[in-house]
Amino acid sequence: MPILEISNLSVDFRTAGGQFRAVDRVSLSIDAGEIVSIVGESGSGKSVSMLALMGLLPWTATVTADKMMFDGKDLLKLPARDRRRIVGKDMAMIFQEPMSSLNPCYTVGWQIEEMLKTHLDLPKVARKDRVVELLHLVGIPSPKERVNAYPHQMSGGMNQRVMIAMAIACNPKLLIADEPTTALDVTIQAQILDLLARLQRETGMALVLITHDMGVVAETAHRVSVQYAGQKVEEQPVATLFSDPHHPYTAALLSALPERATSEHLPSIPGVVPGQYDRPAGCLFGPRCDFATARCVEKAPLAQGALAGHALCHYPLSQGKPVGHPGPAAILEPRLSA
Amino acid sequence: MIGFLLRRLGLLIPTFIGVSLVAFFFIRMLPGDPVLLLAGERGLSPERYAELMSAFGFDQPLWKQYGLYIWDLLHGDFGTSISTKKPVFTEFFTLFPATLELSICAVIFATALGIPAGVIAAVKRGSGFDHTLMSTALIGYSMPIFWWALLLIIVFSSGLGWTPVSGRISLMFFFPKVTGFMLIDSLLSSQKGAFLSALSHLILPTIVLGTIPLAVIARQTRSAMLEVLGEDYIRTARAKGLSPVRVVAIHALRNALIPVITTIGLQVGTLMAGAILTETIFSWPGIGKWMVDSIFRRDYPSVQGGLVMIALIVMIVNLVVDALYGLVNPKIRHQR
Ligand SMILES: Nc1ncnc2c1ncn2[C@@H]1O[C@H](COP(=O)(O)OP(=O)(O)OP(=O)(O)O)[C@@H](O)[C@H]1O
Ligand SMILES: [Mg+2]
Repeated sequence: MPILEISNLSVDFRTAGGQFRAVDRVSLSIDAGEIVSIVGESGSGKSVSMLALMGLLPWTATVTADKMMFDGKDLLKLPARDRRRIVGKDMAMIFQEPMSSLNPCYTVGWQIEEMLKTHLDLPKVARKDRVVELLHLVGIPSPKERVNAYPHQMSGGMNQRVMIAMAIACNPKLLIADEPTTALDVTIQAQILDLLARLQRETGMALVLITHDMGVVAETAHRVSVQYAGQKVEEQPVATLFSDPHHPYTAALLSALPERATSEHLPSIPGVVPGQYDRPAGCLFGPRCDFATARCVEKAPLAQGALAGHALCHYPLSQGKPVGHPGPAAILEPRLSA
Repeated sequence: MIGFLLRRLGLLIPTFIGVSLVAFFFIRMLPGDPVLLLAGERGLSPERYAELMSAFGFDQPLWKQYGLYIWDLLHGDFGTSISTKKPVFTEFFTLFPATLELSICAVIFATALGIPAGVIAAVKRGSGFDHTLMSTALIGYSMPIFWWALLLIIVFSSGLGWTPVSGRISLMFFFPKVTGFMLIDSLLSSQKGAFLSALSHLILPTIVLGTIPLAVIARQTRSAMLEVLGEDYIRTARAKGLSPVRVVAIHALRNALIPVITTIGLQVGTLMAGAILTETIFSWPGIGKWMVDSIFRRDYPSVQGGLVMIALIVMIVNLVVDALYGLVNPKIRHQR
């Protein structure tokens, strides 16, 4: 029984240059206790899709979806007030920048306690105890003293722990971590990821982990959703995604991993993600794809079935070979692929 | 924090010397002198004139006069008024409560309206309210005070007869001075109608004096709020499922107030300048009007003493604002 079911979620921004579709018909379903990772280059709509779920987008955004069910509640129909009862309590989120994500005017203890006060009916003493317990739980040394510290008195890693403590304060059923380690030192990154994984195991909450880092995905996630230019291009269990990627973009992402590099140079995917003004009519990845044919340019692909990792591709890969592909002669701009 | 305040206190000394210099030479640059003005139209024999000039010490070289003046100042002696023969210090503090009462009311008026208006404009950015408020603020900021005062008097005092034209309270009432604040003293006197009379006398001067600070505070609040509302911690607050009102009032406003408090503190100088015009127009018996009268009488000691005292008050208020700033902004508190 999935805790979260999203189907065909789209987000359009009203910008100075007209409407801009940041998230394009993305579907995602997450079971209780599952760790799902969303990966993709910068600007692929990972944050925006999760912010839409949390109801945190600015008024310039229009959110549409066929379905957005969380824990048996239809988020699309829920009035704002009822939705706020879920947000923070059953569905919590932490962000990329721990230093700026906490309010500089209040102590960290106060900020955690505010979460408890908003959603739970605890007496004051119990609340204070729970704050200390939470700080202890996320591995902050001498939590009793730290309660009275201000965010600027602590390091980025400590602040991210505070953010995590705040997010898990009400025992959420789903935690969304939006690149929780990107802004931190490498050694701290590993600690924070370990902490998230441990908390997830202990509490059994579902975890959405947004990241750029395929290494993190391999270590933590159960299932992976790959996003490109606002679309979900592939979704697979983590093991098969790494062994047999079905979308050329996923394959390119994986071969761009330093440890899979076949030459001395760090491999990279040539080209850039299409922006607001240069969106191709057909497949969005077409201009960067090694296998793109005339059909890819003309016609936007439909998603394949689960067997082909829901790949949004005319010629999904199977063991590295594009299925149904007319052959090298049909490739429009053959590139020297590795 | 303490070291920070001490350093600010140290800054007062050069400021103080500067102000005393300006006050001393500024009044002497005006044509005419106090003795001639005391004599009036009847005139004075040259011998008597010289005698009076030396009695006041005005025949001494300027640097000597200035030295003596500073020496007295450092001993807490602000001099004696030439026209009333009373110590300047006493004169000043007899009249100061009237100015203080007016200024406090003006600041309360400006803050109580300016902060909510700025907050609403920021939250409803780009709305009709926002545009109206910002253009009104611009008009309020650029309007000449005396013109605005006369307009209000014509409409509300002469035209509608709602408010009195001048003074602090109706002449019907008389009661002993306790605090010097007419609103409080009138209440203490427990005379019927006295408080309402004092209040109605305050309304127009308060609006006139508070208009520029109101415009400045509203604009500053709006821009500070706009900046704060885009911060990451506001997104965090919303991610906690807090109500929009709580996000704005508890999480955004507290941060936005930091620059606004500085702005309010800086308005004290503007208030003192505005008080001079406002008090003159409304015959408000405060130090603004007293300063203007003293300048017309070339009452050197009163003008010098008054300016130095005003400067001291402005500096002290700024110091208090800095201390307050540290209280609302934990980052500053811990830095020093
Ligand atoms: N408030 C907004 N107004 C207009 N466009 C926006 C807004 N927020 C995001 N976008 C656009 O939406 C697209 C997706 O952004 P998003 O932040 O979801 O990317 P992301 O995948 O999270 O990237 P990153 O890895 O850099 O965090 C980007 O092109 C971005 O410019
Ligand atoms: Mg992002």
